Amino acid sequence: MSQVLFLKGLMLGIALAFLLPILLPPGPRWRVPGGILLGLAAGLGIAASVPPGYLSYLVGFLTMASLYGLLALGLNTQWGYTGHLNFGVAGFFAVGAFTSALVTIEAPSGLAAQYTQVLFGLEMPFLVGVLAAALVSGVVALIVAVPVLRLRLDFLAIATIGVAEIIRLVFQNERWLANGPQPLRGIPQPGRCLFESRPCEWLPDSLAWVVEPLSTRDYTAFYLMVVAAFLALGYALIERACRSPWGRMLRAVRDEEASAAMNGKNVPFARIQAFVVGAMVMGVAGALYAHYTVAIDYSHFHALFGTFLVWIMLMLGGSGNHRGAILGAILVWGVWAGTAFLANALEPVLAAIHPELPGRAQYVRWLLVSLLLAAVVLFRPQGLLPEEMRVSNYLRGPRGR
Amino acid sequence: MAVPDIRRGTAADDQRRPGERLRAVIRTRVFLLVSLVAVLVAMYLAGLAAGAGGLRLLALTAWGLMLGGVIALGSIGLSLVYGVMKFPNFSHGALVTLGAYVSFSVMHLLPPGSTLRPLSFGYEFLVALVVAMPVVGLVALAIDRVVYRRLRRTGAHLVFFAMASLAMAFFLRSLIYLIWGPDFHFYYPGQANPALQLPLGIRIRADQLFILALAFVLVGAVYGLLARTRLGKAMRATADNPDLAQIRGIDTERVIAWTWMLGGGLAAAGGVMYGLSSQLRPEMGFWLLLPMFAASIMGGIGNPQGALLAALIIGIAHQVSTSFLDPTYGPAVAFVLMVLTLLIRPQGLLGRTEG
Repeated sequence: MSQVLFLKGLMLGIALAFLLPILLPPGPRWRVPGGILLGLAAGLGIAASVPPGYLSYLVGFLTMASLYGLLALGLNTQWGYTGHLNFGVAGFFAVGAFTSALVTIEAPSGLAAQYTQVLFGLEMPFLVGVLAAALVSGVVALIVAVPVLRLRLDFLAIATIGVAEIIRLVFQNERWLANGPQPLRGIPQPGRCLFESRPCEWLPDSLAWVVEPLSTRDYTAFYLMVVAAFLALGYALIERACRSPWGRMLRAVRDEEASAAMNGKNVPFARIQAFVVGAMVMGVAGALYAHYTVAIDYSHFHALFGTFLVWIMLMLGGSGNHRGAILGAILVWGVWAGTAFLANALEPVLAAIHPELPGRAQYVRWLLVSLLLAAVVLFRPQGLLPEEMRVSNYLRGPRGR
Repeated sequence: MAVPDIRRGTAADDQRRPGERLRAVIRTRVFLLVSLVAVLVAMYLAGLAAGAGGLRLLALTAWGLMLGGVIALGSIGLSLVYGVMKFPNFSHGALVTLGAYVSFSVMHLLPPGSTLRPLSFGYEFLVALVVAMPVVGLVALAIDRVVYRRLRRTGAHLVFFAMASLAMAFFLRSLIYLIWGPDFHFYYPGQANPALQLPLGIRIRADQLFILALAFVLVGAVYGLLARTRLGKAMRATADNPDLAQIRGIDTERVIAWTWMLGGGLAAAGGVMYGLSSQLRPEMGFWLLLPMFAASIMGGIGNPQGALLAALIIGIAHQVSTSFLDPTYGPAVAFVLMVLTLLIRPQGLLGRTEG
């Protein structure tokens, strides 16, 4: 096993060590240490056994699935726990992505400024960008939430679809803000210097030999590790918050608004809190996406990819269950990626029906995922891993678990 | 609303606090109308400030009325379904698109006739419109039978209906892409369509006047249906309280079936007219979705006259805003007016006060 392959396997293993403890069934004590060990072993094993092409496909797949996992987590706080019908996930995703890009990017000067216009470029570190994305996304959510959340549930759905559309229009039209309809390029990637021929300044010389053989092609595995770490952190924080009295209050507001109010809970404020927290998580996902793709433009935040897929993930995985949301994200992203192969396989069949159809094979994927959502809503609205109506970890029997 | 409330009597025995009294004033339809008009006036002033002349703004207003006709055709169906079924049907935009494309295909099956001057289309276009309306109505009905009826039987919460309708929106849209492809289409490609010269330099195509007239006729027809016929009364009763309607011997499933037929047919009419006034593209219904929702909420859900009135306001606001704003921001203008309505009076202009 070469040094490059070992490092790549190690990075994949660390990423899996973040993901597996989330996905393993809760309960047994060995869940977290076992998941970490299993993840590390699996990462090294996969790197040693599969061809490099498959390895980079797997890395890309897991990165996108983890990003969608974060989006599903945010939506779960809003829909699963509080019952907000947010059909504008793509809007908050876009706000997060563009905010983080603007905060970390280098403002173009000279000739480049004619081709790329930005409101500002602060050249801040990656983590500052992510934090700013969460904050701005939360502020946008607050502006939406305060007037609309007092009203009926269905009005929120209409309003959020409108907000997402307007956010997309702003990033499409306003050249001065983030380079208008043209892509905003050159978003910096964290830790990229480790993979370049001249390693980072902060890296001690004694360790330079470790990363020396890595090339920029191997960077994706490192970024998967970053995304997986954010997903694990987000899961831990939100799961903790939702198991605390705060989460019980949200569920009370969702199920029995009158009783919650009677017990002294401020119902509108609780709703706003959940909406804003969910939007902040979506903003973080947007930031991570921006640094993953390096160049973003408004067309990346289409309602299909930004909103619709996330809803299918959450509904299939199980609304009200964070583990289910992440499982759903991985499964549905698998289905989405798999239908690409299916669309290819279907091409001869489509060609037999009509000569123009093979060129439209990608829309078969849309058709299939929309039927998937309809089927989940009709036949299993609670999802694969239903919400646990558990009151206490220590209460066993019919009322507990 | 029209009946004076005995408890309120005269001003002297008004026991309400000043804040409550102010809120009651804000929640009246007059106040909503005044604020909407104020927004329109502000838009005209912004247009003047941006350098558009008076005649230009007048022409934009006329075009806005014409656009309002298209929005109205789409939103009366949406409003009707929303009123009876109680959930926002997000697939209505896809039904609008479907109507346009179905009529496009029907039209090409018919032998082309001579153009009915000054209109730009021949008899085959009208036949295609009349065919597309029941076809899309049947599609809407079929979706109800397969999806929404099951949800009704399990007593699902309205959010699941909304979610299913979002799934159906993407389903229909992908079908449209598969059948007709992603390219733009025109009903009559490459045909000159001269505008009529009206006084004050307003140039309007005869087609646009046809669209506006059709909107008024269809709104009148739906109003007549709701107010005069047995079916219309049954629809209003079902919208009010399905359980009571059933107790009084109304077959609510039949009423719901007719509602979908009507809603789908009206959506098709809206789509055909939208296609006539611009071009056919698979995302056209999605673009129209926000203005349509804004019109049905602003007019009062389930109220066709209200939807027409609101659609005309939105159409004018949309066109006038182009004098100082990028035209692609049209849906945003409709959205702002909708949020204003929700803040002031969620029941809308002509909706009932309690609700």
